[in-house]
Amino acid sequence: MITTRLLGNWGGRAFVAILVLAAIFMPLSNAFLSPGDALYVPTTWVVLLGRWLAFALLALALDLVWGYCGILSLGHGAFFALGGYAIGMHMMREIGPRGVYGNPNLPDFMVFLNWSELPWYWWGFGNFWFAALMTMLVPGALAFVFGWFAFRSRVTGVYLSIITQAMTFALMLAFFRNEMGFGGNNGLTDFRDVLGFDLRARETRVALFSITALALATGYLVARAVVTSKLGLVLVAIRDAESRARFLGYRVERFKLFVFTLSAMMAGVAGALYVPQTGIINPGEFAPANSIEAVIWVAVGGRGTLWGAAVGAVLVNAAKSWLTGFAPGLWLFALGGLFVAVTLFLPRGLVGTVEHGWSALTERRRTARDEKGAGEDLASKPAE
Amino acid sequence: MIAFLRGMVLLLMLAGPAAAQSDLRPLIDALGAGSGFDATERAVQALAATGDPAAAPVLRALADGDLVTRTSDGRVFVGERDGRTYALTDALTGEDAGEAARGDVDAIRVNNRLRRAVTAAMGSLTLQSPSIRQRMNAAQAIFSARDAEAIEALDAAIEAETVLSVANLMRQARAAAVLNSDRPEAEKVEAARIVAARGDRDALVLLAPYAEGEGELAEAASAGVSAIQSRLTLIDWAQNVFYGLSLGSVLLLAAIGLAVTFGVMGVINMAHGEMVMIGAYTTFVVQGLMRAHAPGLFDYSLLFALPAAFLVAGAIGVAIERGIIRWLYGRPLETLLATWGVSLILQQATRSWFGASNREVSSPSWMSGTIDVLGAQLTLNRLVIIFFSLAVLLGLMAVMRWTSFGLQMRAATQNRRMAAAMGIRTPWVDAMTFGLGSGIAGLAGVALSQIDNVSPNLGQSYIIDSFLVVVFGGVGSLWGTLTAAMSLGVVNKFLEPYAGAVLAKILVLVLVILFIQKRPRGLFAQKGRAVEA
Repeated sequence: MITTRLLGNWGGRAFVAILVLAAIFMPLSNAFLSPGDALYVPTTWVVLLGRWLAFALLALALDLVWGYCGILSLGHGAFFALGGYAIGMHMMREIGPRGVYGNPNLPDFMVFLNWSELPWYWWGFGNFWFAALMTMLVPGALAFVFGWFAFRSRVTGVYLSIITQAMTFALMLAFFRNEMGFGGNNGLTDFRDVLGFDLRARETRVALFSITALALATGYLVARAVVTSKLGLVLVAIRDAESRARFLGYRVERFKLFVFTLSAMMAGVAGALYVPQTGIINPGEFAPANSIEAVIWVAVGGRGTLWGAAVGAVLVNAAKSWLTGFAPGLWLFALGGLFVAVTLFLPRGLVGTVEHGWSALTERRRTARDEKGAGEDLASKPAE
Repeated sequence: MIAFLRGMVLLLMLAGPAAAQSDLRPLIDALGAGSGFDATERAVQALAATGDPAAAPVLRALADGDLVTRTSDGRVFVGERDGRTYALTDALTGEDAGEAARGDVDAIRVNNRLRRAVTAAMGSLTLQSPSIRQRMNAAQAIFSARDAEAIEALDAAIEAETVLSVANLMRQARAAAVLNSDRPEAEKVEAARIVAARGDRDALVLLAPYAEGEGELAEAASAGVSAIQSRLTLIDWAQNVFYGLSLGSVLLLAAIGLAVTFGVMGVINMAHGEMVMIGAYTTFVVQGLMRAHAPGLFDYSLLFALPAAFLVAGAIGVAIERGIIRWLYGRPLETLLATWGVSLILQQATRSWFGASNREVSSPSWMSGTIDVLGAQLTLNRLVIIFFSLAVLLGLMAVMRWTSFGLQMRAATQNRRMAAAMGIRTPWVDAMTFGLGSGIAGLAGVALSQIDNVSPNLGQSYIIDSFLVVVFGGVGSLWGTLTAAMSLGVVNKFLEPYAGAVLAKILVLVLVILFIQKRPRGLFAQKGRAVEA
């Protein structure tokens, strides 16, 4: 099933392998080892890594549209947040009568607003599988409608970036309102359990990490399947010369719409994995700054590398945790500097630069060998 | 209070007729004679009917609840409670009248109706005061109270009045009083017309009850009511337009600089909002310096802040262009990311330099207050900002049109290589153009410091709006920017009453996004071969 095409070069293989191993190793380490052992990973670390992996999935989704189709979305945080809200709504319903007001049907904030019944759009969120479906469908539907409008009228490049930013900004304003029925500026919080597992229990947290790691690996394989197919080649063609692709007869809008919607769904899943691990989702997640921060993860890791974007997300967030730990004021300087430095000096990103150097190296070796062997084994190797 | 009364009374004794005292005494004592509020109210009206200003301080003391009746002889005094005793002073002369035990006096109680009666009575007493302000206040008080008892006093006052506007106000007050009296119908109809001519919300409230029912008065009143209502609607509408234009001019100020950097150069500068913020902080610093070194000129501090903000923001703009943007020409998305980084750095630098909390920027005296244009209240600072934004726009147009720098700028925009071949130093033009756009953003910051919080996040709230304005108006068209800013501002203000501020903003965003569907190149799209596909 999993072929060379899907796994790609050494980097992709290592990436998937590490994720799967981590998904297996973490629970074992956390359950059977004790805090003195060398390989023991404390629960706080597991939770932190789990969140970063959720961010990595968001970065992966963003790389799919930006790196392979040239759509720089500054609104992917909105899809992430919508996915988070969908699962958050389910967990709010799971609280049931254990809230402060003890109302079995209404979340606390609705009781506080003197609402007498659930709004229609909360219908069904009591069911986990419905909510899980919605984490993909809601962001997907928004991306589809938005993309349909935007791509149809050929809004491209920077204009598209700015209206995606306006989109997430408008959603932020909307979700801040109490009347919206999503908890206003406090958002949704005080979650107790999901599918009956206590969210504060160590086992649940470790399990969430494993699920996130596997989801990231799956997301990578899905994205890889898309970009290595013929469709992926068309996407790259659109990225490099949109009008040319259009003249060749490709329906550019449809390709863009497909990849944008798929990417939004992935971002929604990332948000849905993130929220149970942080225990809160509020309108701040829609802030334009969050979306653009996700862009820098991709840029640091490397555009158009998929697994590089994920690595970039983990690296930048690790740096953020470390730096805010001892000098909170410095983080924004560092982040700002990162934006400037990466665009000026490292346009391919870390992984992109390494991969590029690697392929250049193998290319040079091959030509050297070809010259030596006078073309004996030409075409014996499939082209990468 | 007592000392003040004493002073008042001394003045009155010097000015007022000496005979008045003996006439007033029994009336004052009557305040405490009756039982219950009605009797007191009648006494108040009797006092007011004398028209003697000497009664004013007594009435004021009554309203403050300071009057007491001595039970032994029924005399009324101003009593100041001091533990178990009252210190009494004569209500008219302010002379000390000894002390009385708590059991020997009754405080005269007042309720709200009585306070209103006192206010109206005071109004009629001060109708002939030498101060214009006081006469106007008195007439206004009677108008609000519709005190039928005050008609004669008003007649006398109108007779004596020399200032036209005050006389008009008195006539309106008289009309209000007539409506509330039992005068003949014809007089009331006339009164209704006078009140209707006043044409404001107070007049509407006053006339509304009479507009019910049948007869000539009801007709006149309802005609007046509908006339006022349509006028008020018009004023509301005009005020909405004004606030819309004011919001639009704020958007315009924030967007003009962007129209240069983004519209003319095609550079996406995400740090544009921070240039605005730098302008606002420059204003703060300039004001601080002037407070310390030139307090006499402080009222003109904004005029000093303008060039300073232009230069500071412009210099930072040039530095950004030379340091970062010039390496990224032709790569708009990278430019966006790099300048976003710059904006983060500038915000954090401001935060560590000036602190994260809001800074106080004061308004000059010539920019505070409101002016009344045909009944619509326009705040001066917003009016100034509207004109200022237009001045900046026209100034920029003049620079583009008539200076050699403007000519070179347009040349470099239209055909870069040709311009370079003709000897124009295009890199220098780029830096200067970017500096100009940033400098204008700095000017916007000076204006915005007057109506918004000066905090490190100031720029963030304008950046998305500015981009929308520029895109909506059509890139590279200053007229488009003007039209877009003003129409977005006005639309936003007109949506607000129906949708609320937040929803209005969201609706405007959605409208713009939909509009861009129809015309991806904005309102005033550039045409011709030079426009890149």
